[in-house]
Amino acid sequence: MAEDVMTQAPGNVWKVLVKEGDAVKPGDVLFILEVMKTEVPHTAESAGTIKKLHIKEEDAVDVGQLAVEIG
Amino acid sequence: MKKVLIANRGEIACRVIRSCRALGLKTVAVYSDADAGSLHVSLADEALHIGPAPAKDSYLIGAKIIAAAKASGADAIHPGYGFLSENEDFAAEVLNAGVKWIGPNSRTIADMGDKERARRLAHGAGVPIVPGTGRFLPTDLSGLEDAALGVGFPLLVKASAGGGGIGMKRVDRLEDLRATVESTQTLAAKAFGDGAVYLEKLVLQPRHVEIQVFGFGDGRAVHMYERECSIQRRFQKVVEESPAPSLPDATRRAMGDAAVALTGQERYHGAGTIEFIVDPAGNYYFLEMNTRIQVEHPVTEMNTGLDLVELQIRFERGDDLSALTQDSIKPRGHTIECRIYAENPDKNFLPSPGPLTVFQPPREGDGIRLDTGFRQGDKVTFYYDPMIAKLIAHGADRDAAIEKLLGALGSFRIEGIATNIPFLRRVIDHTAFRAGQTHTGFVDLHRNDLIRS
Repeated sequence: MAEDVMTQAPGNVWKVLVKEGDAVKPGDVLFILEVMKTEVPHTAESAGTIKKLHIKEEDAVDVGQLAVEIG
Repeated sequence: MKKVLIANRGEIACRVIRSCRALGLKTVAVYSDADAGSLHVSLADEALHIGPAPAKDSYLIGAKIIAAAKASGADAIHPGYGFLSENEDFAAEVLNAGVKWIGPNSRTIADMGDKERARRLAHGAGVPIVPGTGRFLPTDLSGLEDAALGVGFPLLVKASAGGGGIGMKRVDRLEDLRATVESTQTLAAKAFGDGAVYLEKLVLQPRHVEIQVFGFGDGRAVHMYERECSIQRRFQKVVEESPAPSLPDATRRAMGDAAVALTGQERYHGAGTIEFIVDPAGNYYFLEMNTRIQVEHPVTEMNTGLDLVELQIRFERGDDLSALTQDSIKPRGHTIECRIYAENPDKNFLPSPGPLTVFQPPREGDGIRLDTGFRQGDKVTFYYDPMIAKLIAHGADRDAAIEKLLGALGSFRIEGIATNIPFLRRVIDHTAFRAGQTHTGFVDLHRNDLIRS
């Protein structure tokens, strides 16, 4: 099932833990934002393959921005 | 001392400026790109820009702070809390630059920053420490089981280089020990570049109680009683109060004496805090010493009538503080502080930066104090800590302080961002909180009453 993972808050991309082509399952951490000194992990809700990464480490992102496409 | 540079931002910078002004000192603010229009900048007599928004490029660069002090002719630096306040190299560099440092000396900061050394020093001063073991390196686990039985179960496996709950695992049974030690070592090696771990007794249902101390640099010291800070989320304090509910007087006295002993032994300079955990039986154990002014210092100020920041400055200025004797410190009534965070407790405390379209705090005075670095119209950015204000209530007793705080929280209006104000009202109004049944597991235990899903 396709899934678009959006950023939950404005912040900096601290760590990206997947790359395009990786297989993921529900609950896998895809990337971690640093927001106000707090780590905000973003996880996959569905199983699939990482189709496209729209973020990289150290990017500044806004809330509700498309970050990862799972196909 | 004529001019003080405040190497910080937000509410604590504003707070320090207020005490400087009361002492007739000029103030210098520093600010990043994100803080050009901030309250602390407009309150200070002058302000110097020190770089881009990320703290690592501005507030954390000691050389920029010292250059700003030189450029502005400031003859002292107050570090506030966080940022460079507990950086021993920075403290030494400030003094080398011929600028006064309003804080403890570099050696003390280093002693207390190293968790194991701090434990040894506390033990040497007769302060109880949590039973624990020495380091186990990944290459040598000999004697592990015997050491664990000596500590007793449940216990914690902790990364020597860890902190803030990272690299910490609970073990309940001897059978699970070796596997947990090995996995923690692997994690610690990856996360901290150091795979060493140690074992520590796990104190169940602990309270977090800390003693405010003040040292005169020559081995003399006084304490200003305790603050209980058990209500936490993500290992961060949310509510602090004094006196600690349900703490027997004998324990309170013993903890005060222990804190003074350690402070004296260190020949400590100025204000500091010694943190303890206290178990349900009243046993107390040294946790760490914070070598700076604490976020929650207003709790002590409201109870004692002292101005801790003013005392820090007067001590470094060389004023005569001989009137500050232990007998002169007499706390009255009860104070509770809560930290207002820009976050959404109902979404797992997700941080919530954004514009403060409405920011109308309750009226100060009559036992209500507000420390903040924000005004209506300001923007809360994602670069810094989510704490936007501290609301402090003082009453004749705990019940009176609770009612006063609930009233003030109820009239605090913030719009544009999510805040934890509704959560704080549920905590303070909770039957278990009112009954003084506080411990560090409070938020998890009462999650269903405190969080709306």
